[in-house]
Amino acid sequence: MSEGLVRTGAPALAAGRAGGLLRRQWPWLATLAFALIVPWFSFDWTTGRHSGFIVSMLSQIGIMIIFALSYNMLMGQAGLLSFGHAVFLGLGGYTTAHVVNAAKSGTLPIPLELTPLVGGLGGLAFALALGYFATKQRATAFAMITLGIGELVTSCALMFQTFFGGEGGVSTNRMTGHSLFGLGYAPPIQVYYLIVGWTAISVALMLLLTRTPLGRMANACRDNFERAQFVGYDPRMVRFFQFALSGFFAGIAGALYTLTYEIVTYDTVAGALSANALLMTYIGGVGVFAGPVVGAVLIVLLQSWVSLLSNSWLVYAGVLFILMVTFAPGGLAGLVLMHQPIWRAGRLGRLAGPYLRLVVPALLVVVGFVLVIELCSFLTIGAAQGKSFTLSHVTIDPRTAGPWAAAAVLLAGGGVWLRYAIGGFGAAWARVTEEIKATGMRA
Amino acid sequence: MTAAALRIADVQKSFGPTPVITGVSLDVTAGSRHAIIGPNGAGKTTLFNLISGRFPVTAGTIELHGRRIDGLPPHEITRRGLSRSFQVTSIFARMTVFENIRCGLLWSRGYRYSFWHLLARERELNQAADWLLSDVNLESRRDVPAGLLSYAEQRALEIGITIAGGADTILLDEPTAGMSRTEADHAVALIRRITAGKTLVMVEHDMSVVFDLADVVTVLVYGQIIASGPPGEIRTNRAVQEAYLGVGAA
Repeated sequence: MSEGLVRTGAPALAAGRAGGLLRRQWPWLATLAFALIVPWFSFDWTTGRHSGFIVSMLSQIGIMIIFALSYNMLMGQAGLLSFGHAVFLGLGGYTTAHVVNAAKSGTLPIPLELTPLVGGLGGLAFALALGYFATKQRATAFAMITLGIGELVTSCALMFQTFFGGEGGVSTNRMTGHSLFGLGYAPPIQVYYLIVGWTAISVALMLLLTRTPLGRMANACRDNFERAQFVGYDPRMVRFFQFALSGFFAGIAGALYTLTYEIVTYDTVAGALSANALLMTYIGGVGVFAGPVVGAVLIVLLQSWVSLLSNSWLVYAGVLFILMVTFAPGGLAGLVLMHQPIWRAGRLGRLAGPYLRLVVPALLVVVGFVLVIELCSFLTIGAAQGKSFTLSHVTIDPRTAGPWAAAAVLLAGGGVWLRYAIGGFGAAWARVTEEIKATGMRA
Repeated sequence: MTAAALRIADVQKSFGPTPVITGVSLDVTAGSRHAIIGPNGAGKTTLFNLISGRFPVTAGTIELHGRRIDGLPPHEITRRGLSRSFQVTSIFARMTVFENIRCGLLWSRGYRYSFWHLLARERELNQAADWLLSDVNLESRRDVPAGLLSYAEQRALEIGITIAGGADTILLDEPTAGMSRTEADHAVALIRRITAGKTLVMVEHDMSVVFDLADVVTVLVYGQIIASGPPGEIRTNRAVQEAYLGVGAA
C-alpha cells in the first residue's frame, strides 16, 4: 500500500491521482463500465425494448451489492454478526415510499434521483435509535439483540398501519414528475441506471470509510476490543457509529428497492432478507472488501436463474453456504486471494492440471446431487403443481427406481473419485507452495 | 518532595470471596522508574488491572496527577495519559504492524471517531507512526500482519502501541517475559530510551532487568506491599529475602 504521497506540484499531482485511480481501481472501473453496457446485450432491436427479466435482475444485483457491503461493515470489518440487517433496508424503503408519495402529491417536490439519500437518512435514523441498544453488547449478545430487533420491527410492520401499511405494505409510484434530469422513470432501464449511479457512489463511500479512523478502529475492535480500550477508544462507540453508518447504506439499498418495485411490504424488514445478507456476504468473503459484491452477484443470479429452472434454489444456496463455511471460510474472494502468492511467483500454470483433474469428478457429484434434489422436489412439490421432470425432451419419472439408482451411482462414484482427486490436488498445492517458499529463502 | 504521578491509597480487590489485593498504598513519583516485583500470584498484574481500569477496585482510591481515576472505564483512563501493556501480548493481529502503531496514535492526535479523514492523507500522523516504528525497530516489518511477527517482535510492537498515545505514565506488564538474554537486553535499552522523562511502572520477574532499570522497587507478596525503596535497599532487605528472593535460610 502506498500511504505516503509525494508532493510534486498541483497539476502533476492531479494527473498522478487520476492515473493512480485508474491503475489501482481498474477492477472497479471495469465493473462499472460493464454494468453500464450489460443491459444492451439483452436489448431487443425489433421491439426496441430491454429484456424485463434481465433489467430486473441487474437492478436487484445493484441493490444487493449495496446491502451486502453495508452488512460487511458490521460482519467483516467490525466483527459483528447481525441477524437483523434487513430492518434498515426495509425502514429505508418505507421512508422512501412515503417521501415519493409526498413528492407525487406535490407536498414535497424532491427529485426522484435524491430519494435514495432520504432512504439512507431513514436507515441512519433507525440505526441510531436501534443501534443504541444493539451496540451495548458485542459478540453473541449483539447477535441476539439484532435477532430480537428484527422480530420486533417485523411485528411492528404488521401493527402500525399508518407507516407500514399492514400486510399490504405501502405502494408508491415513482413517476412523480420531479427529476433533476427531466426523466420520467417509467421504463425500468432508467431506474436501473439510477441504481448503477447510487451503487457506484455507495461502494466508493464504503471503500473510503474503511480507510478512515473509524474504519480502522472498527477493524481494531474486531481483532482485539480490549486493546482498543487501552489506546483510548470506547469499543461501544466504535460499534455504534459503524452500526449507524451501515444502517445508512442499507437504507439507500432499501430506497432503490422501493423505486424498483414501487411497493414495500414487511418482507423487506423480515428475517429471510437478513439471512440473505449473511449468505451473500459470507459466500462472497468477509475478509476482502469486494467479497460481498461477488456474493451478491452470485446469489441474485442463483435466485433469478435457478429459481426459473428449479423449485429448490434455496437448497442449492443453503448447501453452497454450508460448503463455503466448512471448507472456505474466507469465501470466494478468499479462495481467489489464496492463489495470489502462487500467481506472483508465476506458478499458477502448475495448478492447471490438478484443477482439470478435479472437474470431471466434481461434475459427477454435482449432477448426482442435483438429480437427487430434483427427484425429491418433483415427487413432492412438483407433483402438487402438476409438473413433470423433463430433461432435454426426456421425461423422467421420479416414481421409478432407474433415476434414483443413477443418482446414487453418480454421487457415490463421483464422491470416491473426487476424494481421490482432492488428495492429489492437495499434494500438488503443497508442492508448489513448498517450491515458492524454498526459492523465497534462496532469494 | 516531588509530586506523585500515581497515588494508590488503601486499594483492595477481591474476586468473590477471594481477596487478591488486601490493602496497597503506593506513591509513584513523577518521572521515576518504578518496578513491582513479587512471587507468582502476589497480585502484581491484578494491581495493574485496577490502575488501568480493567477491573473495578473493591475499596480504596487511585489518583493520576491528583485526579481520581478509580471507577473510570479504561478508555477514559488512557485518555488522561496512563497507558499500559499486557503480559500476554495484546495486539491487533490481522492488521499490519504500521496500522497497529497508527491505531495507538489516533485518539491522542484528536481523530476520535472520525469517518471523514482519509488516513493515507494524514501525513503528520503517518510520519509519527513511522518514527515510532523505527523507535521499536520494526521498520522492516512495517506492512506485515502483526499476527505473523515473531514473539520478540510482538513484544516490541506491544510496547510501541503502549507508548504511541504519548502517555506520561506507562505501565509495562512483564515486558521481557519469555525473551532470550539478548532480546531482553534490547528490550531494556528500548524501554530506557522511550520512557525518558516519563513515569514508568513495570511488573518484572527478571531481577537483572529490575535492578538495571528501576529507581524504586516495590515488593508485593500476597496482595500486600512488604517493602518499597531503592534497589540497593531492597536487595539487602531481610523480609524481602525471606519472602521472595528465596534465601530465607541465609
